Amino acid sequence: MEIVRAYFRSPAAIVGLFLLLVVIAMAASASWLFPRDPLALAGRPLVWPFTNPRFPLGTDNSGRDIAAQIFYGARISLLIGGVATVIAVLIGIVIGAVSGYYGGWVDNVLMRITEAFQTLPNFLLLLVLIAVFGSNINTVIIAIGIVSWPAPARLTRAEFLSLRNREFVQAGRTLGLKDLKLIFGEILPNALPPVIVYASVVMAVSILLESALAFLRLSDPNVASWGNLIGLGRDVLRVQWYVSAIPGIAILLTVLAVSLVGQGLNDALNPRLKGR
Amino acid sequence: MRVLSLAGRRLAASIPTLILILVGVFLLLQFAPGDTVDAMMAQMGGGDARTAEDLRRFYGLDLSVSAQLGNYLWRLVRFDLGFSAIYGKPVATVIAERLPATILLMTASLSFAFFFGLILGVIAARGVNKWPDTLISTVGLIFYATPSFWFGLMAIVVFSIYLQWLPAGGLSDITSTATGIRAVLDTARHLILPTLTLGLIFLAIYLRIMRASMLEVLNLDFVRTARSKGLDETRIITRHVLRNALLPMVTLIGLQAGTMLGGSVVVESVFSLPGLGRLAYESVVQRDLNTLLGIIFVSALLVITVNFIVDLIYARLDPRITTGV
Repeated sequence: MEIVRAYFRSPAAIVGLFLLLVVIAMAASASWLFPRDPLALAGRPLVWPFTNPRFPLGTDNSGRDIAAQIFYGARISLLIGGVATVIAVLIGIVIGAVSGYYGGWVDNVLMRITEAFQTLPNFLLLLVLIAVFGSNINTVIIAIGIVSWPAPARLTRAEFLSLRNREFVQAGRTLGLKDLKLIFGEILPNALPPVIVYASVVMAVSILLESALAFLRLSDPNVASWGNLIGLGRDVLRVQWYVSAIPGIAILLTVLAVSLVGQGLNDALNPRLKGR
Repeated sequence: MRVLSLAGRRLAASIPTLILILVGVFLLLQFAPGDTVDAMMAQMGGGDARTAEDLRRFYGLDLSVSAQLGNYLWRLVRFDLGFSAIYGKPVATVIAERLPATILLMTASLSFAFFFGLILGVIAARGVNKWPDTLISTVGLIFYATPSFWFGLMAIVVFSIYLQWLPAGGLSDITSTATGIRAVLDTARHLILPTLTLGLIFLAIYLRIMRASMLEVLNLDFVRTARSKGLDETRIITRHVLRNALLPMVTLIGLQAGTMLGGSVVVESVFSLPGLGRLAYESVVQRDLNTLLGIIFVSALLVITVNFIVDLIYARLDPRITTGV
């Protein structure tokens, strides 16, 4: 309760939550407001926004409803942000926890691998993964999760390093708890808050990564993704710039919402750090 | 000298990382559907199975995976990155042609982001929680959330199509025959929009870190001492606070080098710059796996080099690092 009150004390956090709820509502109401396939032909191509009441946001190069694509795109972005983040954070937690808890050569090997992942530009690794495994939406989501785990892993490891010799852990060890139980039952709950806050960063980056892939036409062309629409609009940028402009604003607001919520959570969970 | 040996040791420690990356990506690429020969055959408009077999033997693709990996690493030791069948040139040549544009773009963006991030961060920290701080922090948040390629496209719409102030792409004007200073100015004009586009998100990150770091240092005892000595505020900021507050910024350059290289893939595609990132994209589309692997190697080297330089700067800013405390 205290945390909720602390969260709502920040206007930025409230704006973020509001924006996020709007995006979620868009995703939820997409098939109800636009029962037809968003990628199906709907009318004349390149209708400007606000000129035809049937297409409030206009149509794209091939006559598909932009508003419908924006609403369905919210689903894709949330799906990608959500699932890729869960994958990245889970891998990160397991590797970071094992590495920080055991130390020694285990830590050495795992940190070497983490370092390799961090030395390799993650967008390049993403390109390699897409080149190898194809650009199906599931593959894209998993690939984004795979390139995003090193930062959460380092964060978890740092938390474990500072927690593993605390009294409650020693007490658990004296009681004869198994390593697994100590790691996941005792230490992890204490190490989790900063990792969860960081998950908002991972989510924001995941959404941006997918949109960049889609813009380069390397993501799944068969889903209504905002990035796809921006890439499509590039062909008619000279005059009908709105085709690219509208989905870009949607991405911007979604990423902004996720970052603001993350920052709000951070301030609410660590009141000491407020204002940083 | 100690600085160099320290940084040198860090450099030596990155060799296993480099090998790990190469072996990992090499093995990963074995799963790719179709190899270079398939791509070449497709380009030639098809051919019989015998030709494909001959070509595979010629490029050493008929060997076992471990033998191929061994061959590749052995050639790498001699700085031979193999041959790009798509471009018909050695991979090293292809990459060397594309590297300058990327390095130019990265240096420009980094300088832009670092310089303005520093200034805006200092302004925000000095007026903490007043309107300049709120304004700068809000703008920073928006920049952070902007997809770079979209910003690039919108910048093209405004500055190249409507206002016609700046060129929309390329590295130089193909119709111009200018040399010397005129050619440099021409390239600089072409680089303005790409630099802003790539640098924007880093500007947002730098100003945020700079603000936080300034706030932290401003509360330290030595700043209070300097104030009580009667030094004026500007002098305290420039001589005492800035040097200490810069440390996290410098660390960040090393951490972000890879991200920036990744970002250049997209930015170079938007502005059709002949750089490494665009080459990476093209080699993915054309299944030129040899070139892709070469790019991975060179990018990893680039990131390691940036980190080496960061180590040197770090030691210069903070003498405690070299005295081994």
